[in-house]
Amino acid sequence: MSQIQLHADAALNAMEDAGLKPSDIDGVATAVETPQQIAHYLGITPAWVDGTSVGGCSFMIHVRHAAAAISAGLCKTVLITHGESGRSRVGNPPRSVPPSSLAGQFEQPFGPMGPPSLFPIPVLRYMKTYGVTHEQIAMVSVVQREWAARNPRATFRDPIAAEDVLNSRMIAYPFRLLQCCLVTDGGGALILASAERAADFPHKPVYILGTGESVETPMVSQMEDFTSSRAFRVAGATAFRAAGITHGDVDHVMIYDAFAHLPLYGLEDLGFVPRGEAGRFIADRNTAPGGRLPVNTNGGGLSYMHSGMYGMYALQESVRQMRGIAPAQIPDAKISVCHGVGGMFAASGTIIFGNQRL
Amino acid sequence: MPEPARARPQPTPETQHFWDGTRNGELRLQRCDACAHVYFPPRPFCPACASRSVSVFAASGNAILDSFVIHHRPVPGFTPPYAIAVVKLAEGPRMMTNIIDCPQTPEALVLDIPLKVAFHKMDDEITLPLFRTAQA
Repeated sequence: MSQIQLHADAALNAMEDAGLKPSDIDGVATAVETPQQIAHYLGITPAWVDGTSVGGCSFMIHVRHAAAAISAGLCKTVLITHGESGRSRVGNPPRSVPPSSLAGQFEQPFGPMGPPSLFPIPVLRYMKTYGVTHEQIAMVSVVQREWAARNPRATFRDPIAAEDVLNSRMIAYPFRLLQCCLVTDGGGALILASAERAADFPHKPVYILGTGESVETPMVSQMEDFTSSRAFRVAGATAFRAAGITHGDVDHVMIYDAFAHLPLYGLEDLGFVPRGEAGRFIADRNTAPGGRLPVNTNGGGLSYMHSGMYGMYALQESVRQMRGIAPAQIPDAKISVCHGVGGMFAASGTIIFGNQRL
Repeated sequence: MPEPARARPQPTPETQHFWDGTRNGELRLQRCDACAHVYFPPRPFCPACASRSVSVFAASGNAILDSFVIHHRPVPGFTPPYAIAVVKLAEGPRMMTNIIDCPQTPEALVLDIPLKVAFHKMDDEITLPLFRTAQA
């Protein structure tokens, strides 16, 4: 299946779930592929489009923009699609860094080759600053594999131990194979409408309580602080403020985990734990099955799937948890925080979902 | 056939002074005339205060090792494992680079070790700023 057909397949599933036809959709948002490609392919005549394409969190940002557009009366029913032939590369345009761009001039000549060589660059500084150990970070992969074991759709479900992580093939020190996301094909779609309109759909809707977004830099070397993401801090705080909730209200968290340090930065930059304490928090099993703050309950990009841009799949897991239909369902979960990254700490989007209208 | 080479930067009018500098053995940064902010990568205005009045100056070439990865996969122009480093210049900005004349190991590449710029000629137009340990 080509990349655009992955978008369409997901869109058809989402429209069926909501009992809608293409003629019922008046807003389209997507990333990498353009809204005109998706709208034309699906036979939609939109009155509102959003082609925000800032990497894997683009879909969180689409949700935020679509909610604002619906509230402002610009459109009524928005379809957000993602599809990516990350593994097969069928109908998937190559990514390249132009040699005249700033990254092309001031990063590419020094030997990076895609996210595995760039995204972990801040990690050693983070570890030294807070005394975080390789063993603690290895537990991110271990715990998420435990969640993946509960998800029949997950790519990797067999249990692993910290020593398996620390003995896996070195990719870009300090990170090894089991600390890097897998690479799959995939797709997903969401439909957004007003709460009043969604009440008429055949399946249970979930509610958007608060949203946030930001960007920082297209060059990881130019982050303000290697121990914290400014884009995470802005997006997260904005979403919590909009939702009017506190961290203690949160039952479920998704933190986009292209690489194993992202849940650490996410937990700290969103304010769930103090700076430097996320490694211990995860190693102490707080985010594991049975822990007090379940994180990445689908197994995450490290064990479930990851097509290159993962944000849509994190959103889908939050939606499933709020609908009460997730494979690893958190009992009585009422509020889910879904946090995404784009590029290498380049962008961020945070969506706070609820299972009821506040 | 020539050996595959590392990615070659393509200067723009806004960055040409930097590449002219490295070709002439200078690591050039920019300083805002209005607020004294020193910044990198190059642009003809200050990213802190938006003043268009900025000056190019030769940096000391002194830096410390801020963070790095040691990449183990093949990339044209590199023999793995090799470090992709970010250094913090004495003047404040950070830049990506490679550390030369040094084992590419966690034992040798210790965060915060002092470094000195070393100029690596790619061709007649492009010279890259690399770094070596200050003792080396």
